[in-house]
Amino acid sequence: MIQTVELRNITKRFPGVLANDRVNLQVRAGEILALLGENGAGKSTLMKILYGMYHPTEGEILVNGQVVQFKSPADALAQGIGMIHQHFQLVPGFTVVENVALGLKSSRGPLTDLDAVSKRVRELGAQYGLHVDPNALVWQLAVGQQQRVEIIKALYRDASLLILDEPTAVLTPQEVQEFFGILRRLRDAGNALIFISHKLYEVISISDRVTALRDGRVVGEVETKATTQQELARMMVGRQVVTRWEKSDMPPSDAVLQIKQLAVSNDKGLGAVNHLSLDVRAGEILGIAGVSGNGQRELAEAIAGMRRVNAGTVQIAGKDVTNCSPEQVIAASVSFIPEERMVMGVVREFSVAENAILETHNRPPLSKRTFFDFKQIDAHVTKLVREYDVKTPSLETPVKSLSGGNIQKLILARELARDPRVLIAAQPTRGVDIGATEYIHKRLIDQRAAGTAILLISEDLEEVRALSDRIAVMYEGEIVGIVPPDTSVEELGLMMAGAQKNL
Amino acid sequence: MLEQLFAPAVIIGILASGIQLATPYLYASIGEMFSQVSGVLNLGVEGVMLIAAFVAYYVALKTSNLILALALAALAGALMGLLTAFLSVTLKAEQGISGIGIYLFGLGLSDLLFLVLVGTPTAIRGFPELDLPVLSSMPVLGPILFSQNILVYFAFACVPLAWFVLNKTTLGLKVRAVGQTPEAADSLGISVARVRYIAVIVAATMAGIAGASLSIAMFNIFQQNLTSGMGFIAVALVYFGGWRPFRVMLGALLFSMVNALQLWIQTLGIGLPSDIAGMLPYILTIIALIFAARQIVTQPTALTKPFERGE
Ligand SMILES: Nc1ncnc2c1ncn2[C@@H]1O[C@H](COP(=O)(O)OP(=O)(O)O)[C@@H](O)[C@H]1O
Ligand SMILES: [Mg+2]
Repeated sequence: MIQTVELRNITKRFPGVLANDRVNLQVRAGEILALLGENGAGKSTLMKILYGMYHPTEGEILVNGQVVQFKSPADALAQGIGMIHQHFQLVPGFTVVENVALGLKSSRGPLTDLDAVSKRVRELGAQYGLHVDPNALVWQLAVGQQQRVEIIKALYRDASLLILDEPTAVLTPQEVQEFFGILRRLRDAGNALIFISHKLYEVISISDRVTALRDGRVVGEVETKATTQQELARMMVGRQVVTRWEKSDMPPSDAVLQIKQLAVSNDKGLGAVNHLSLDVRAGEILGIAGVSGNGQRELAEAIAGMRRVNAGTVQIAGKDVTNCSPEQVIAASVSFIPEERMVMGVVREFSVAENAILETHNRPPLSKRTFFDFKQIDAHVTKLVREYDVKTPSLETPVKSLSGGNIQKLILARELARDPRVLIAAQPTRGVDIGATEYIHKRLIDQRAAGTAILLISEDLEEVRALSDRIAVMYEGEIVGIVPPDTSVEELGLMMAGAQKNL
Repeated sequence: MLEQLFAPAVIIGILASGIQLATPYLYASIGEMFSQVSGVLNLGVEGVMLIAAFVAYYVALKTSNLILALALAALAGALMGLLTAFLSVTLKAEQGISGIGIYLFGLGLSDLLFLVLVGTPTAIRGFPELDLPVLSSMPVLGPILFSQNILVYFAFACVPLAWFVLNKTTLGLKVRAVGQTPEAADSLGISVARVRYIAVIVAATMAGIAGASLSIAMFNIFQQNLTSGMGFIAVALVYFGGWRPFRVMLGALLFSMVNALQLWIQTLGIGLPSDIAGMLPYILTIIALIFAARQIVTQPTALTKPFERGE
């Protein structure tokens, strides 16, 4: 059983990168320590060292006061340290029990003992509220349930220090609350937990202590009770962060994006958007709030021409673009920041420059008579990268090696460079760190001032409230109400659960 | 003429030789299945079969000891497996290309050894038919199923055995895990490389036995390119069977039954050009592969992908 774990002067150097720089950190049984830091601050690296996946360049690890050395995760597990990775380490084609049993000694020698494992999985489930069907196939489980499987795996191996690397990034707000309940139960049972996040309100609401990292160094250690979101933000980013935006008053204007009685199906062919009507005016940000899976994604894709419209119409400045191709929609001056940026937003293997010209490469000035004009392209992309503060080693760098925030800035640059009349921004800051989030918000506000009609789809209620002129709440494919931006989170939450209709 | 085919004796003959023909496919494809399930496409099966077929033949020719011949063929297969694993797992070579390399190596080496050590094909005495007591005297089924050589019986025994190992043992669990999500297995302290070495060596050992089953049980002779594509068909059968032992067996049976049919058509001199008859099994394979269902649960998603730690 783990009482204390201590990292002393941990330094980790990758070729060309100092990921951790003389980091000290302690965690005790019965507490939740939040490890806070922006993307690239070195949180995952530090935790992988603690879990035996990486070897520190310098420094030592102490478990219960004893110096230990981990050659592999198996050694860390043997000491009672378990880690739940940012990307789940599950075999999708396996059942829950098979995933738990994998790599364990079996009580039946060379034969598997899945029944015994299954029994223990149920016990752990009951003890900590980690309910999941042991015989379900993992790929059929919701993300939140897969996460439970990961926790069960660690507990099954008698881990009493659990490292959770950005566990809430994949959860909906409801799931986060449930998940926090599980964490509290684990803590109260005497386990130690390290919770990694860059979301301040989560850190404030779940942790007992906070250690903040910036550029690989510890920049602060505080008791959660004795701090505020603002202070944590300043520690993490190294400067004051803007979360409230001054917006110029919006002069009355015409609806540029008009949606009438729109019906769209989801991937399974079931109705996802049900006869939805909506207008977005020039110079307005219309926020769509809703729990994910209520048709927001399908709505955005239908407008962008990436999903078939079954009924109803979409008009851009009076021009009908229903069921037009994405190319035609782009030509109608619509920009789209898709929710799945690595799948729909960029071509992973393409360079920064290639990604930046995806939509405009086939016309002057970037190409002439089917040939690229590389000078023009270079100038154009250099300008975008500078203007939008995209941090990239070069224009030839493949986009997949940039951080999430920088990829998003690149997409933003590409989409806004066309000065669109309509912008659909779906989850524009999901998984993006505070600094980049602040920047993206500023750009959206600027674009609003320039007269673009913006449809902002986000699960982050703070974001929707901070940016929108009006908030439309979406539930089961319908707009259940349009409310002013100062509506309380509680009221929005109720509407998002479908409780209230006040159109 | 066609009615000849439907004479009871002929039907029994077709089925019996179909069962026998299935033997090399069964060993090779059940073995290959292990390798693929662990994430390694072992495209060199054909080459391994050829080398092992020669080894078995040569040992049988020189010593008349069939057990020794079989054992050394299996060992030759295992060594080829070690080489394959070294290329695919340790050196992380492109598996399609290195597999073709192994095939060409096996083709050339077996031919060379044959020319140097033997020269003229001489028939040997292979494994005799082994009539199972009581069972073999059953009408119809007896001659089809229970009057075969011992390697045939073992080949069919491999099918449930493979199923059991894959689904009921901790080793099977590991093999399947490293073929789907090696990162997950690695994070639980499983050595991906070790499990893949084991699977590839098992596969090649079985390919070795498949080769031996040709040269010392079925044809009882060796010649250049004795296998004539069987190893590649075995790879296809694994896909066809969706990485499930019993479906792989079904595929092997279907293929060899059609093969037996076309052999009999040729033997009986039925008026179908022999080239066309000979193509039947292959056409069938292609059609079957087109319709083979994708298996979400059993598909080794990391097939042909070398594992490297770290993101
Ligand atoms: N395996 C690796 N090789 C080289 N550089 C790495 C590797 N892993 C992480 N880094 C670098 O180390 C820094 C810290 O990364 P990471 O620990 O993942 O940050 P965080 O989890 O806080 O977002 C980043 O600059 C990242 O690019
Ligand atoms: Mg990280």
